[in-house]
Amino acid sequence: MNEIRFSGFGGQGIIRQGLILGKALSLYDNKFATMTQSFGPEARGSACSSQVVVSDERVLYPYVTKPEILVAMSQEAYEKYEPELREGGTLIIDSDLVRLKPSKRKIKIYSIPSTRFAEEIGNRIYANLVMLGFFAAVTKIVSPEAIKKALPGLVPSRYLDMNIKAFDRGFNYGLEVLEKEAQSKVEKEPKAEKKTAKAKNEGMEK
Amino acid sequence: MSVRKKSADPKGVLTGVHYLDGDYAIAEGALAAGCRFFAGYPITPSTETAERFAERIPLVGGVFIQMEDEIASIAALIGASWAGVKSMTVTSGPGFSLMMENIGLACMMEVPIVIANVQRGGPSTGLPTLTGQGDMMQVKWGSHGDYEIIALSPDSPQECFDLTIKAFNLSEMYRVPVFIMTDECVGHMHEKVVIPPAEEIEIIERKWYEGPKDKYLPYQPDVDLVPFMVKAGDGYRFHTTGLTHDQRGYPVINAEAQDWCVRHICDKIRLNADKIIEYKEDETDNAEIVVVSYGITSRVAWKAIQDARKAGIKVGSLRLITVWPFPEKRIEELAGKIKAFVVPEINLGQIKREVERAAKGKAPVYPVSHCGGWVHNPDDILKVIKEAAK
Amino acid sequence: MRPEDRLEKKHPMEEFLRMDRMPHIWCSGCGIGIVVTSFIEALQKSEINPDKVCVVSGIGCTGRVAGYLRLDSFHTTHGRPIPFATGLKLANPDLKVVVFSGDGDIVGIGGNHFIHAARRNMDLVVICVNNFNYAMTGGQVAATSPIGANLSTAPYGNFEYPFNLPYLAEACGATYVARWTCLHIRRLTKSIQEALQKRGFSFIEVITPCVTLYARRNRLGDGLNLLRYYYENSEIRHGADTRTLDIGYQGKIIVGKFVDIEKPTFLDCMNNHLRKVLGNKYQPWGVKS
Ligand SMILES: Cc1ncc(C[n+]2csc(CCOP(=O)(O)OP(=O)(O)O)c2C)c(N)n1
Ligand code: SF4
Ligand SMILES: [Mg+2]
Repeated sequence: MNEIRFSGFGGQGIIRQGLILGKALSLYDNKFATMTQSFGPEARGSACSSQVVVSDERVLYPYVTKPEILVAMSQEAYEKYEPELREGGTLIIDSDLVRLKPSKRKIKIYSIPSTRFAEEIGNRIYANLVMLGFFAAVTKIVSPEAIKKALPGLVPSRYLDMNIKAFDRGFNYGLEVLEKEAQSKVEKEPKAEKKTAKAKNEGMEK
Repeated sequence: MSVRKKSADPKGVLTGVHYLDGDYAIAEGALAAGCRFFAGYPITPSTETAERFAERIPLVGGVFIQMEDEIASIAALIGASWAGVKSMTVTSGPGFSLMMENIGLACMMEVPIVIANVQRGGPSTGLPTLTGQGDMMQVKWGSHGDYEIIALSPDSPQECFDLTIKAFNLSEMYRVPVFIMTDECVGHMHEKVVIPPAEEIEIIERKWYEGPKDKYLPYQPDVDLVPFMVKAGDGYRFHTTGLTHDQRGYPVINAEAQDWCVRHICDKIRLNADKIIEYKEDETDNAEIVVVSYGITSRVAWKAIQDARKAGIKVGSLRLITVWPFPEKRIEELAGKIKAFVVPEINLGQIKREVERAAKGKAPVYPVSHCGGWVHNPDDILKVIKEAAK
Repeated sequence: MRPEDRLEKKHPMEEFLRMDRMPHIWCSGCGIGIVVTSFIEALQKSEINPDKVCVVSGIGCTGRVAGYLRLDSFHTTHGRPIPFATGLKLANPDLKVVVFSGDGDIVGIGGNHFIHAARRNMDLVVICVNNFNYAMTGGQVAATSPIGANLSTAPYGNFEYPFNLPYLAEACGATYVARWTCLHIRRLTKSIQEALQKRGFSFIEVITPCVTLYARRNRLGDGLNLLRYYYENSEIRHGADTRTLDIGYQGKIIVGKFVDIEKPTFLDCMNNHLRKVLGNKYQPWGVKS
């Protein structure tokens, strides 16, 4: 089971991210995915979030309590939700919008300038899809085909192509990042041989 | 029985696999069931149903109207239903309270209507955006006098769809208001919803009267106790009233008429209860503990039940699909065999009291209660199961 | 008595009355029956198929009207006949739906529904029997009670401003507005006939004596005295500015037809608008092709 939270500020398409992911997983990737969002006064402020619980079996408890994956597209969202991220979890940020605070937590961090990429494509409103593409690549939780199948009905049909383009941009960037990561791991390999030392250091990694 | 079954009108059926929240699924269920009239008033967390219906109905053919309040909404439903059109509304706590008087009217006039209550924390304005199950007794008793209704409790968007169709079918079959008692969590939760092809959806039509016009009596019980119905404009020149009445529908203000009239509207549900009631049981046969749950709470409870079984406790589950009428016979039967009931719910023990009443002292009932705003943590339910098993 | 003789003695309005419910509950001298008679006459004179006419009443002495009319008739809850009628009409636009109820019902407890139905130009005929009080419950003060009148819950006299109903109806968007007293039977009948022919929100106020409560409490005499008061103090002024139609205690009553305009109804607006926006995808409702 996986618990995922998308977060940012209103207008960034954060709810949409959850919807697209949930739909993709449960309709096209053969998973159970329950999507919920924060409503009301909580949703009125600038921090906005949507959550998806993914499982191979029926989801019983529908809410995210300690997410394994947090996507943060604003500083406020990052500060608000980072503390609940599970130890060993993954934090994904928009590198232009979130400045990381020094932390001793054992979490994996991936970053992408999703808003800047979206602007390059033509409009910052596609940042959510760039991010979703990146998310799909680095987490491998969802297949890119499923996401693309899920888009119709959730994005305006006129802009379907642009959304797919944005998704691909993020996805490809994600693959590049993974490749670089793999390479640097290979380079670091000799050091990693001392397993006990590595384990000790893990807590300090990022 | 002269109830007519047919398949759904394909115009309203959005066949396919969708990713919908519970509120939307209710609207789709209504359209699939043939509902063509919706009157409502916005209230969180139910508004999405109205929004969806407003968007979809012009493409299907029917009426959506946003009324001036919930009192007007339910009054309009009753009128529309007399015109022969299946009608529904959706609301939450404060609006539900406003509807109470005309719920009584619908029961008295024996009009099929469907009302969904997407429950939020109460009383009063309470928690507009957060969940609750605090209206479970109100739906049964909220209007004045003795009457009976049917209430269903879905645990997922899929069940919101399925049970809305069931609600219309029951409503048409028994000429009674039927309630979909869901809650904010299910209403706002998105999940996969499968909408089958129209021909696979079974629709039960109203019992239309077909005899000679001058012999028609709007409140003459048929063999199943449910009177035949006609619609306005068909030349029957019938009368109907919220006053105590005879079989002609004419007001009669005395104790005798009251006894007939009130018993009639209660008996047609009570004596058909076995046909109406639906629940799902799991491993209740050798159970020591039976968890009785409904709606969103039953999902969370299921997690607790699995954990308890892992811990070696024999736990069964009885999940209420129809909360009203209540499966009291089954509860009593179980009570004679088990050690205790556990009833988790998002209120301070409304259905727990009902289980207690039905158990007749043969087994103790342990509540797992809270006032709303969140769904149970499965561990809290597990703790009570363990305690009850001691 | 031979059946043939009975036929002759048949009440001329029997076709429209539930004779098996007679006698009715109204006091002798009450004006509600006069309005009912006038309504039936208007219906007889009109070309409308009575099978398509529905009468919806709320609760009150006037609310009992639905129970005596041999039409599809609905006796609903206090204040709610207008939304009930709205549902009936919208679900089957072929019906001619008439709301027949008291002043307390229509503009007191049901005031919100009244203004909204008028605003939407819901295709309904609303006949409001104004007897200046809540009669059914024993003569309490109403939103129509004139200042100075004595009521059971205004035992020292009423000091609240009353509604001027034609003004309210016009301001809210009604397309037909008239006021008569139950002395003006012929004109009232004609008004009801006009309203029945019209599409849109039609409102007819009928000033009616409540002999048992309002009149007795204010020592205004019997039914005849009240009709005399109407005779001496009413003035027909068609097209009068509805702002000038306030009624003071035992004061002048301006009657007449004040508004008679054409305007698309709720359903016209719905169908036209949605057809314009959605084109062929739109499935019109209640439109005969
Ligand atoms: C909700 C509700 N509140 C109060 C009553 C009691 N009640 C019955 S009739 C009535 C007043 C009726 O006055 P009006 O509409 O002017 O009719 P009239 O009797 O004067 O013809 C009241 C207050 C009720 N039936 N329902
Ligand atoms: S109490 Fe007044 S309004 Fe009611 S029936 Fe008698 S006279 Fe008419
Ligand atoms: Mg009155």
